[in-house]
Amino acid sequence: MIETLRVGAIIVLVVLGLFFTFVSATGVLRLPDVYSRAHTASQADTLGAGFALAAVALALGFGTTSYKTVLLLFFIFITNPTAAHAISRAADEQGIEPWTTDDDRTDRDLYEASEVETDGGVATNGGEQP
Amino acid sequence: MPVAFITGDLVTDVFLGAAALFMLLAIAMFYRAIKGPTTQDRVLAVNVLGTNTVVILALLGAGLGEPSLLDIALVYALLNFLMAVAISKFTVERGGVL
Repeated sequence: MIETLRVGAIIVLVVLGLFFTFVSATGVLRLPDVYSRAHTASQADTLGAGFALAAVALALGFGTTSYKTVLLLFFIFITNPTAAHAISRAADEQGIEPWTTDDDRTDRDLYEASEVETDGGVATNGGEQP
Repeated sequence: MPVAFITGDLVTDVFLGAAALFMLLAIAMFYRAIKGPTTQDRVLAVNVLGTNTVVILALLGAGLGEPSLLDIALVYALLNFLMAVAISKFTVERGGVL
């Protein structure tokens, strides 16, 4: 009885993890700019990884390996949003403008806007060298 | 020693099948990592791919009954986080590496 319940809980957790990771993958592939992609990567992917790792911890039972899985879960819960924050902050400091619903810029334009900023930085740096 | 390590066929199949599907989702991230358009997009895609790799390693460790894969997953998660933060800092200070 309790084993059946446990197997059912494992299956539900794995399917939930797969669903949220699918949402995250769709968002990273389809959303318009780096900030919205960072948002879906930090939220949906963290939740998907959390569900899948919880399923693994439930399957391993009480023991050292299960504690390691829980440690991994907490580590991913803390570091994944931090990494996404660092990435989008780097994007902001490089001068990438956020996409809004009323502008017609494509991916290509956003890339060229960031290129101009980057080239400007390199050019002034190179200008100071001689 | 784990108290009750489930070794039923059903649970093993679920873990291995989920690992295969997670791998498909991880491979889909290569599209964003290659196409870009900005450096931060690539770093973000590789970061998501690394998180998926950690989950795949944990699922394989449970599905194949090899708990040592969890140690590899732990080290991989650490290196993944370090990579994202280091490249973010590097791109801001030097103005783009890719």
